[in-house]
Amino acid sequence: MAETALPGPAAAGATRWEAVIGIEVHAQLRTASKMFCRCSTDLRDARPNSRTCPVCLGLPGVLPVINRRAVELVLATGIAIEAEIAPVTRWDRKNYFYPDLPKGYQISQYDLPLASHGRLTFDTSEGPCTVRIRRAHLEEDTARLQHTTDELGRRISLVDFNRSGLPLMEVVTEADIRTAEQARRYAEELRLLLRTIGASDAEMENGQLRVEANVSLRPVGREEFGTRVEVKNMNSFRAVERAIAFEIERQGRALEAGEVLVQETRGWDDVRNETYRMRVKEYSDDYRYFPEPDLPPLRADPAWLDSIRASLPELPAARRARYVAELGLSPYDAGVIVGDPAASALFEEALANGAVAPKALANWITGEYLRVVRQRGDGGHASGAELAHLVAMVEEGRISGTNAKEIFARHVEAGEPVEQIVAALGLAQISDADALAAAVNEVLAAHQAAVSDYRAGKQQVAGFLVGQVMKATRGQANAAIVQRLIRERLEGGE
Amino acid sequence: MGTDRRLTRLRAHEMARGLRAGAFSARELVDAHLELAHATDRGLHAWLFLDDARARARADLADRRLAEARRAGPEALAALPPLLGIPVALKDLVVTRGQSSTAGSRILQGFVGPFDAHIAERIDAAGGVVLGKTNMDEFAMGSSTEHSAWGPTANPWDLGRVPGGSSGGSAAAVAAYHCAVAIGTDTGGSIRQPAALCGIVGMKPTYGRVSRYGIVAFASSLDQVGPFGRDVRDAAALLQTVAGRDERDSTSSPLPVPDYLADLPADDDAAARAVRGLRLGLPREYFVPGMEPGVEARVREAVQTLASAGAEIVDVSLPHTDYGLATYYIIAPAEASANLARYDGIRYGWSVRDGDVLANYLATRGAGFGDEVKRRIMLGTYALSAGYYDAYYVKAQKVRTMIKGDFDAAFERVDAIVAPTSPSVAFPLGARLDDPVAMYLSDACTLPVNVAGLPGISIPCGLSGGLPVGLQIIGRPWDEGRLFRIARAYEAVTADADWRRLEPSDLPALADPAIRPPRLPGATAQT
Repeated sequence: MAETALPGPAAAGATRWEAVIGIEVHAQLRTASKMFCRCSTDLRDARPNSRTCPVCLGLPGVLPVINRRAVELVLATGIAIEAEIAPVTRWDRKNYFYPDLPKGYQISQYDLPLASHGRLTFDTSEGPCTVRIRRAHLEEDTARLQHTTDELGRRISLVDFNRSGLPLMEVVTEADIRTAEQARRYAEELRLLLRTIGASDAEMENGQLRVEANVSLRPVGREEFGTRVEVKNMNSFRAVERAIAFEIERQGRALEAGEVLVQETRGWDDVRNETYRMRVKEYSDDYRYFPEPDLPPLRADPAWLDSIRASLPELPAARRARYVAELGLSPYDAGVIVGDPAASALFEEALANGAVAPKALANWITGEYLRVVRQRGDGGHASGAELAHLVAMVEEGRISGTNAKEIFARHVEAGEPVEQIVAALGLAQISDADALAAAVNEVLAAHQAAVSDYRAGKQQVAGFLVGQVMKATRGQANAAIVQRLIRERLEGGE
Repeated sequence: MGTDRRLTRLRAHEMARGLRAGAFSARELVDAHLELAHATDRGLHAWLFLDDARARARADLADRRLAEARRAGPEALAALPPLLGIPVALKDLVVTRGQSSTAGSRILQGFVGPFDAHIAERIDAAGGVVLGKTNMDEFAMGSSTEHSAWGPTANPWDLGRVPGGSSGGSAAAVAAYHCAVAIGTDTGGSIRQPAALCGIVGMKPTYGRVSRYGIVAFASSLDQVGPFGRDVRDAAALLQTVAGRDERDSTSSPLPVPDYLADLPADDDAAARAVRGLRLGLPREYFVPGMEPGVEARVREAVQTLASAGAEIVDVSLPHTDYGLATYYIIAPAEASANLARYDGIRYGWSVRDGDVLANYLATRGAGFGDEVKRRIMLGTYALSAGYYDAYYVKAQKVRTMIKGDFDAAFERVDAIVAPTSPSVAFPLGARLDDPVAMYLSDACTLPVNVAGLPGISIPCGLSGGLPVGLQIIGRPWDEGRLFRIARAYEAVTADADWRRLEPSDLPALADPAIRPPRLPGATAQT
């Protein structure tokens, strides 16, 4: 630290600083039962301590039994991030005392993680970015502490062991990240990957995805790292970006002012938009890791890995690339669709169920579908096959674009087939010139003044007349044909 | 008063025969044991509690099963499990639903189990009648049962001496006829050493043979559950009942459990033939200076007896034996330091509220644990600490591999190893309490077997100064059946030995005059 040439007041602003960021993500794995016992992982509406058993309460005499599905999900993640899978791994005890840790140790993985040396690539506003992933390992979650006051006003702490023993995957990057945006994008992309392969529901609001960042600054061009600050309590992707941006700013200002930073843990305050000191690390914790004697080492044999690999769905990066290269979508549209697993699934289903132009379908997904999702909170009963049919009807001119939106909105409500809706609402588009002639004649007869204006050279009244025909046919008329008919009639003379 | 105390003198297999023959009921059998235990445990303190009501209910259930089988015919009767109706003791670290389990520690005072240990389920299913739980060194840390928070247990052979430990309560209860068989656990000798000191049979099976689910953990990679009995067949019957794979213990073995009893004939001549042509190794490192001459003499005589019965005695060397103690006292405390971290006074057991969370931890653990337990927690915490881990824990694991290697090499030349169980007979209460290392040395001959994960059995082989001496037989992994056969052969060829007719001399002082066993219908003369 001493040799860091701290800029004096005169040189303030002269040093260019580079942020060095590493991200640690804890993701709750999507299993039916906990990591080492049979308790349910479904904690919705569960009373405190109702999803517990002797094992996850750490009672005397109990032993852990590995949840094979949890291991599979970490292995699937490892494969998806192109990591090396350890042929043999084992479990370790991480020892510390805290009321949220019923055994006094957490079963985790120390020097033999299930997956190591992986990578994840994602897009940013400055182009694609690849972050190396140091390791992904499996561990158990702790109980939840709630600090409150009792009826006498005394400060008390309550422990809810429902969360105790839930399976957690910890994914740690190398210190490859340089900007707050990259950090947010990495976390978003990892979440997308975990959701795509079904490893985690990864909802940040529910604590299923917890992101922590290590942030330090160093002068541009310098190899060694500066003093590192750990940032916690970032409860949304927006918070991740803002907290890290704040921290880069704060550390930069401090360094410019000649202050010496201390290694500490800081929390993000979403209301005040700043980080605050939680604790200063004066010494490194000694967790006294040692191999868990209650669990035999785990062998990931090649056949098992092959079957996991074979059951992986198309991964987001591959899907985006395919949408661009094979379907001709713009990288932006591909990113938007793939970024939402439900939208992506709908798009795939629609493509598989109808001979319709991918580009037109993509427009529907990125436009109307996502608008409906934003409005409703979900995609309702949207069916890919029906969407494909709807888009085809528009393309064929059987319905108007405006009516198609109305039809889609109704379809989403209960999954009603679009043909049925078209029939029920009588919205089939009229493209037959003979069928439209009568309506055109009526409108022209009723608006003689407009007809005169047109013939006098005010061609813009044609739009008014087309609109009147559309109104008369309740939108069912094919506007292009109506326009052609009107021009023919007015210019052909009477 | 109403009960026939002579019933308590029977072996479990004799009880089983009597029950099937209708000579007495399970209820009579259990009442006799409960009455004797209540009447004579004051000077012994083998029991932490007796659950009379539950035991009687279980006995009545056994009688109904017997009656049903009797109605169904001889085949149904023969198919009944050997443990049906037999009085059993559990060491106080076996968790059972609705009963106390303190593991001999104040810190678990008031803890009532919400589930049954795997072995408790097995014993219940087999109709065994658990009378209660027995005293032990706190968390199984000790070799004398003096490190119990609830006071020491005495040796039925001399109430001024220790019964050995840590399963001293179970061993004393069996030796004093309070129950026919008992469950113990053995982490470094805690079944074999008290069996030797109390003059009974005790086996520590191969690591993984019996599920540890529901056994309060001391050192997870060393702990193993095993049986006590007054003879080999009784011990085999209990192991048969509790051994086998349990999905709740990932370290329990899926290997099938052989029918041990099928190969243990009642006929002495037939039983004696089991050792003919066997090669038995005699490890020179187990006859150490400081060993009591009387113990060494009895063990060498026993080896000679086995040779006379047709075994070939081969000198073997287990060169890393000397490191066994040091290795054990790194690994066991290291694991214990983590296993005992859960006792924090927050959820169950003893709790001292003394301010904030840290103060509660310190007060609860400070007052809840005894000195020996604290000593080992400190040893283990130190051995796992950053900067010491490699020098202690990692090195100990390497030596562990070498100790295993010693046994592997020996077992290429011999079928089993014979050795002393304990370098001394039962020592006076208090004699080693102030000298932890002297106490640790009590297990010098037994703990290498745990370090290597092997099965070992201790059987009585005579007396020294009026106190029992144990012969230890050590086998290859999963070779419990062979150990039982060798032990049974020794039992058979020494069936007429004078020392077998001797009783624990302090039984009269326990207010229970020695009683001759009753004659059973169809029973061959025994002992």
